[in-house]
Amino acid sequence: MSAHTDTNTGPLEYRSKEGRMNILGFWIFLGAEVVLFSTLFATYAVLFGRTADAPAPSELFEMPMVLIMTFLLLTSSFTCGIAIHHMRRGSLKGLVVWLIVTLALGLGFLGFEIYEFVHYAHEGASLPSSAFWSAFFVLTGTHGLHVLLGISWAVLILIQLRQRGLTPVTSRKVFVVGLYWHFLDVIWIFIFTSVYLIGMVV
Amino acid sequence: MDLLNFLLEDFFVTGQPLIYGAMVSIVLVSFAIVFVLTYFKKWGWLWREWLTTVDHKKIGIMYIIAALAMLFRGGVDALMMRVQLTLPGMEFLDSQHYNEIFTTHGTIMIIFMAMPFLIGLMNYIVPLQIGARDVAFPFLNALSFWSFAFGALLFNISFVIGGSPDAGWTSYTPMAGANLNPGPAQNYYLMGLQVSGIGTLATGINFIVTILKMRAPGMHMMRMPIFTWSTLITSIIIVFAFPILTVALALMTIDRIFGSHFFTLTGEGMPMMWANLFWLWGHPEVYIVILPAFGIFSEIISTFARKQLFGYKAMVYSMVVIAALSFVVWVHHFFTMGAGGAVNSFFSITTMLIAVPTGVKIFNWLGTMYKGRIRFDTPMLWSLAFIPCFVIGGVTGVMLAMAAADYQYHNTYFLVAHFHYVLIAGTVFGCFAGLTYWYPKMFGHKLNEKIGKISFWFFVIGFNICFFPMYFLGLAGMPRRTYTIEPEWMPLNVTASIGAVLMAIGFVIFVYNIYYSFRYSKRETTGDAWDGRALEWATTTPVPFYNFATLPHIDGSEAFWRLKERGGSTYETDKLKPIHMPSDSGVPFIMMALMFVASFALVWEWITLAIVGLIGVIVCMVIRSFDYDDGFYVSVDEIKRTEEKAREGEQ
Ligand code: HEM
Ligand SMILES: [Cu+2]
Repeated sequence: MSAHTDTNTGPLEYRSKEGRMNILGFWIFLGAEVVLFSTLFATYAVLFGRTADAPAPSELFEMPMVLIMTFLLLTSSFTCGIAIHHMRRGSLKGLVVWLIVTLALGLGFLGFEIYEFVHYAHEGASLPSSAFWSAFFVLTGTHGLHVLLGISWAVLILIQLRQRGLTPVTSRKVFVVGLYWHFLDVIWIFIFTSVYLIGMVV
Repeated sequence: MDLLNFLLEDFFVTGQPLIYGAMVSIVLVSFAIVFVLTYFKKWGWLWREWLTTVDHKKIGIMYIIAALAMLFRGGVDALMMRVQLTLPGMEFLDSQHYNEIFTTHGTIMIIFMAMPFLIGLMNYIVPLQIGARDVAFPFLNALSFWSFAFGALLFNISFVIGGSPDAGWTSYTPMAGANLNPGPAQNYYLMGLQVSGIGTLATGINFIVTILKMRAPGMHMMRMPIFTWSTLITSIIIVFAFPILTVALALMTIDRIFGSHFFTLTGEGMPMMWANLFWLWGHPEVYIVILPAFGIFSEIISTFARKQLFGYKAMVYSMVVIAALSFVVWVHHFFTMGAGGAVNSFFSITTMLIAVPTGVKIFNWLGTMYKGRIRFDTPMLWSLAFIPCFVIGGVTGVMLAMAAADYQYHNTYFLVAHFHYVLIAGTVFGCFAGLTYWYPKMFGHKLNEKIGKISFWFFVIGFNICFFPMYFLGLAGMPRRTYTIEPEWMPLNVTASIGAVLMAIGFVIFVYNIYYSFRYSKRETTGDAWDGRALEWATTTPVPFYNFATLPHIDGSEAFWRLKERGGSTYETDKLKPIHMPSDSGVPFIMMALMFVASFALVWEWITLAIVGLIGVIVCMVIRSFDYDDGFYVSVDEIKRTEEKAREGEQ
C-alpha cells in the first residue's frame, strides 16, 4: 500500500509512509498526554494549600535537590538530541553511546525522586496525608512513572538496534522515543516552576 | 470453609431471585456456546477469523454485535425500572436494586452501547469511504476492540459477582467514595470504564491518522463524505476528552484503594471536583455519541432524497463549532451546586450557543430534502423520525440551559425525558438507520423492508409514548432516580411503561429481521444497493479483504456518483499491483485478557494478582515491540481471481 509513496531522501524515519503515519500518530498521542497532565496540574492547583494536618510544602521542599534533578533531566534531553543527531549522520555507535548516557541521567533523576518521596514520607507527608499531598504525589509520581516507562522502552529499542542496526523502522522507534523524552522534560519544567518554585515561596 | 463463606457472602450475589435466574441463564448460554463451537468444530475458525483479526471490517462487525448485545442488556434494565415505576407501591425492585439498575443502565447504554455501535460503523465504513485498504494502525485497532470488549465484560459481570455499582452513571463523590460505598461494586465502574477508555483513546488517534493520511489520491478534505468528517471531528474530541476521564477515574481509584484524599470529605479533599472532572469529559462525550449519528443521517438523507447534501461546508463548520463549544459547557450539569451567578450565566450562554450550529444542521437536512425525489426506505424513515424528535430534545435542552429555570427542572423527569430524546432519537435512531443502510454492504443482503418498517413504527411510536409524558412528570415534581412513585403520577407512568413495552417489541422485531433476512432476503449482486453516492458503494459485495483492487482518481465530492457517471470502477486491470496487507495477531486479545485479570483483581483489591496480570500485559507489549512482521502482499493473480468472482453477477 505504500510502495509509491516511499522516498529515498530525507531522514530515514520519514521515508516510508508507515513511518510518517506512526510519527503523526505519536504526536497526537502526545497531545492526549498534554491533556492528561493538564488535568493533573489543574487538580493540583485546586487542592493547593489543603494540607490538613500534614506539613506544608514550604517546610519540606529543598532547592538543592530539586535543582539537581532538574539539571539531570534537562541534560538528558540535550544528550538525547545529540543521540538523534548521530542517528541522522548514520552513526550507530554515536547513537547508542549517547542514548545510554541519556538513560543513565534519567535513572539518576529517578533515584533522586525516589529518595525525595521516601524522605517526605518520613517527615509525615505521604499520599494519604492530605488532599494536597495526594495531588503532589500523583502529579510528580505520574511524571516519574512516565520516565521509568521511557527508560524501559528505550532499553528495548537499544536491543533492537544491536540486532538490526539502523533501518527505517529502528530509526523511527528511536525518533519517537526521543520525542517522548523531550516531552517529559517539558512537563518537568512545568512541575519545577508551578510545584516546587511556587511551593517554596507560598 | 472460609473460602466458601467468602464465595457465598461477598463474591457471588445471593438472595435475589431475579439474579439467581440471571446466573442460571448465563451458565446455560455459556454451555450452549461452548457446545455449539465444539460440536461444529468451530474453535479454530473463531480464533483465526475473528479473535485474531486486524481487518477493520471484521472488527467493525464485532463492535456492532457487541453493541446490540449491550443494547439488549441495557434495555432489560430499562424495562425492569419501568415495571417498578408503573404503579405506586410496587415491590418488584427494592431501592438498592433500583439504584444498581439505573447505574448499570446508564453506564452500559452510553459507554458500552452507543459508543461501540458508532465506532463499529466507523470502522467498517470510513476506510471504504476514503478509499483506504485498512485503518492506519490495524494492530492498534484490534487492541481497541478487545479493550472495549473486556472492559464491558468486567462491568457486566458485576451484578452476579460482588454486586453492581449504585452511585449513578455519574458516580458523584462522596456517595461513590470508599466511606459511603465500600466493597467491589464501585470499583467495577472505575475499572470497566478505565479499561475500555484506553481503547477509545487509541481509536481516536487511529482514525485521525487514517483520515488525514490515507485518503485516495485527489480526495481533498473538502471532498470527503460527511460521515468521514463527523468521524474525524469525533476523534479529535475523543483525544481531548478521554484523558480527562482517565485521570478522574484513576484519582477515584487511588482514593478508594490507596487512601488518598482527592474527593473525600476528610483530609481537605474536594468532592465537587469529581463533578467538574466528570462533566469536563462527560459533556464532550455526549457529542462523541451524537456527531457520528449526524454524519449517518446526512449520508442517508442525501442518498434517499437523491440530491447532493445541501450546505456541505456549513455542515462541516457547524460540527467544528459544536466540538469546540462542547468543552466549555460542562457546568450546566450542576447549576444548583452553588457556583454563583456569574459562572452560571457564562455556562448558560455557552450552552444556548450550541443550539445555533445544531439549528444550522437541521435546516441543511431540510434543505437537502427540499425538491428531492424522496424514497421512503427504512433508513430514510429513521432519519425522518429523527428530525422532529431531536428538535424536541434540543428545545427542552435549551430550557434546561437557562440556569435560573433549571433550579426547577434539575434532577427531575424533565431531564430524563430530555436526554432520552437526544440520545435515543439521535444516537439510537442513527445507529439503526446506519446499520440498515450499510447492512447490504456488510452482509450481502438488505434487511427485509416490510419487517424493518414494522419494527420502526413500534419503536418510534413507543419511544414518544414512553418519554413524552416524562416531561410532564418532571414538571409535576417527580424526581429522577426515585424507586417508587406517588399516586398522582400514576397515569403518566402507566403510559410511559406501555411505551417502553412497544419499544421493546420494536427491538425484538429488529433483531428477528436480522435472522429473517439472513434466511430469505434477495442476495445483492452489485455493490451499490441504494444507488449510493460515496465511495464505499464502489466496492463489490462482499467487500474483498483488501477493499479496493485499484483506486480511482477522485476529482470532486460524491466520488462514487462521479465514477458512475463516467463509467469507471475500482477494478482497472491495467493498473493492478500487488497489495500490501497487515498480518493477523493474537497479541491484542491475549493482552487485553490479561488486562481483564489485572483489573478484576484490582476490583477486589487483590494487589498481588493485579501486579501479576499487569506484568503479563507488559510482556505482551515487549513481544509486540520485538515483532518485525510487516505484513504480506496479495498477488495480482489473487486480486484478479477475487474480483472476477465478485463481479460475476454484475452484468
Ligand atoms: C430503550 C428504552 C429506554 C428506556 C425505557 C429507558 C428508561 C430509563 C429509565 C427509567 C431511567 C431511570 C431514570 C431514573 O430513575 O432516574 C433511565 C436512565 C438513564 N438512561 Fe435510559 N432508557 C432507555 C434507553 C436509553 C438509551 C438508549 C440511553 C443512552 C444511549 C439511555 C441513557 C440513560 C442514562 C444515561 C440514564 C441515567 C442513569 C443515571 O441516572 O445514572 N437510556 N433510562
Ligand atoms: Cu452537558
